[in-house]
Amino acid sequence: MSDAVPAADPQAMAVAVEGASKTFNPGRANEVKALEDIDLDIGQGDFVTLIGPSGCGKSTLLRLIAALIDTTEGSVLVNGKPADAARLDRDYSMVFQRAGLFDWRNVSRNIELPLELMGWKAADRRRRSAEMLDLVKLGEFARHHPAELSGGMQQRVAIARAMSFHPKLLLMDEPFGALDEMTREHMQNELLRIWSETRITVVFVTHSIPEAVFLSTKVVVMSPRPGRIAAVIENDLGERNEATRDDPAFFANVTAVRNALRGGH
Amino acid sequence: MNAAKALQRSWLPPVVAAVVLFGGWEALLAVIRPDGFVLPPPSKIGGAVVQNFDAIVTATGVTGFIIVTGLLAGVAVGAAFALLVTAFRAADETLTPLAVAINAVPIIALAPIFNAWFGILSPRSNQAVVVVLVFFPVFVNTARGLTQVEPSQIELMESYGAGKWRIMREVRIPNAMPFFFTALKLATSLAVIAAIVAEYFGGRQDALGNLITNSAGLTRYDDAWAAVLAGSLVGIGLYALAVLIERLVMPWYFVARRSA
Repeated sequence: MSDAVPAADPQAMAVAVEGASKTFNPGRANEVKALEDIDLDIGQGDFVTLIGPSGCGKSTLLRLIAALIDTTEGSVLVNGKPADAARLDRDYSMVFQRAGLFDWRNVSRNIELPLELMGWKAADRRRRSAEMLDLVKLGEFARHHPAELSGGMQQRVAIARAMSFHPKLLLMDEPFGALDEMTREHMQNELLRIWSETRITVVFVTHSIPEAVFLSTKVVVMSPRPGRIAAVIENDLGERNEATRDDPAFFANVTAVRNALRGGH
Repeated sequence: MNAAKALQRSWLPPVVAAVVLFGGWEALLAVIRPDGFVLPPPSKIGGAVVQNFDAIVTATGVTGFIIVTGLLAGVAVGAAFALLVTAFRAADETLTPLAVAINAVPIIALAPIFNAWFGILSPRSNQAVVVVLVFFPVFVNTARGLTQVEPSQIELMESYGAGKWRIMREVRIPNAMPFFFTALKLATSLAVIAAIVAEYFGGRQDALGNLITNSAGLTRYDDAWAAVLAGSLVGIGLYALAVLIERLVMPWYFVARRSA
């Protein structure tokens, strides 16, 4: 029963943002125009990063797609549905910079949380949680408490939790931003492995240029005040592995993204 | 760490501290020999306990009942206020100023007035003082725990389509538990103080507060100290009970603290 992926138009774009803008506190003294006139299409199975300086609205754009906040103008469709309908249908899942695990649940029960909210039976939850722990290679930590895990392991549990109900779309807000460089590269490799095994669509917010280029099929470069899309850079590096980080094509695209970021000022 | 060792770790230091305190007290008084009304040695207080055992047990029962019932009611009202204030903006705007206003009143000073309301010999007025005094720290701490939740944990729950009450149950209430128990532990000693001081002004004549004032009035300071000792034991017992419940209700908190 519960293995069924939410029904969606397979032809629809994973994400279709059209003419979207977002103004916080409209009409008041502290009015902020966070996003202006955003158009963005993300295809099924794409790995798209949103990159830009602080205040460019990349996290705001991610929250518009998640329907955690409303657009001021324009529309956001997720799998062909209005974003809020997609949220209630659990079409997507989120991962934040802080793992945000609940201390009062052990690792396995943290992963089961969305399944509990969806009314799954305990045995099904248990089985799926074990599968997810294998996916993130933390099988032996099911009974541990979050506080007993390192930062990188906690973030892997957060990813397992996000993937637990097989959402079609993964929204990630600087998920590796708080990790040290070695752990971060390891997590990038793991995420790419999970992405290629599951073919899930990923929208990934970062302010690291190498991270954006290493991970994604498409880099969306944003500029601040108000947040706009400055450039969209196709980033076809093929199958990625550790050697990709030393590949001339990788460096060429790092330079392209850097130039686009500079041009945005 | 095995259980026996843990028990040894948690019980041994206070026992040692008690032996040092009472032994030192006894020894010091044996040397400087002050008048009995200044400070009797522990041995004389112990003698007074034995001599007045029945009266002290009765008084401890009477006052203990006031302390426990007042504590339970105050904690329940404080926690309920905290939940309402967190769940409803309207409740926040009306109940929070009310709670702050109640707290600003010197509550012990109300004891004689409560006596007029409930009758000078009624334990109700003493209970009322305990309830009002206990309520505020429980309310403030619990409300803080319910609201000081990591924002991304709320966003996470919303992203799963969870509503306000589900977020309350899964995130806010567990998050508030350590805050609640901090307040509860504080409230146990507040309740003891409130009940005994309230009894100085009225209530049943066979309660600890009256035993203390009457004994002191008759210059029987050993008896007064014996009654103070009984009140302390009630306070210590309630505190220990609160610690025990805390351990049973949220074992996860101690895992998190140990690993931090």
